[in-house]
Amino acid sequence: MNVRVQTADFDVAQELARLRGGDTGVGAIASFIGTVRDVNESAPIDGMTLEHYPGMTEASLAEIVAEARARFDIRDALVIHRVGALAPGDQIVLVAVTSAHRGMAFDACRYVMDLLKTRAPFWKKERTPAGDRWVEARESDAEAAQRW
Amino acid sequence: MTNVPASIVTTTVRLVYLARLREAFASAGESLVLTSDDSPSVRNVVAALRSRGGAWAAELADGRAVRYAVNHCVAHPGSAVKDGDEVAVFPPVTGG
Repeated sequence: MNVRVQTADFDVAQELARLRGGDTGVGAIASFIGTVRDVNESAPIDGMTLEHYPGMTEASLAEIVAEARARFDIRDALVIHRVGALAPGDQIVLVAVTSAHRGMAFDACRYVMDLLKTRAPFWKKERTPAGDRWVEARESDAEAAQRW
Repeated sequence: MTNVPASIVTTTVRLVYLARLREAFASAGESLVLTSDDSPSVRNVVAALRSRGGAWAAELADGRAVRYAVNHCVAHPGSAVKDGDEVAVFPPVTGG
């Protein structure tokens, strides 16, 4: 399955090798890795908890990947998103795309990530020295998704 | 249910509250019975919840950013709901 929601970390090199597999028609692999920062809106972040909506999350990610396949000439795509407790520096999400040429791989990777940010049902709750707080959605994320 | 006239339709939906709204409502979900003489929509669900007042009215007030899903698909206030549907109520998403 090329869409996974998991608490465990992932090994990027291993995932990219698996995605490419034996496909020698692949000439480009683009990937995006989102990680936990130690600061947000000028407050230090001790960590975060990622919540999701089981069932809808997987369906939403699969739909986004299917849309990317229909829209871009790509060979394959992969999305891994972690949930649960994460610490600064931890990997959160991996989006990877294979294609014949770089343009489609870059575009499809960005497309999947932009749509994931506004459609996939995940929520971040940050731990700060002043207490826990839910991350607010950003207008810039909605604008990024609307560009497509 | 024995007091409900035959002409009135009751629709039972399973509600799921997520993230900040789960905390604000102090509930992860519940079963809700809608009674109407028309085809119910997400709007009817929201109206029933708002009528409770308190956090329900505040969080679901006009102008608040609230998102909905029916049976795991993105929905809108006008989306129809039918008996047995799972209706999720949640804040704008912040993953990635």
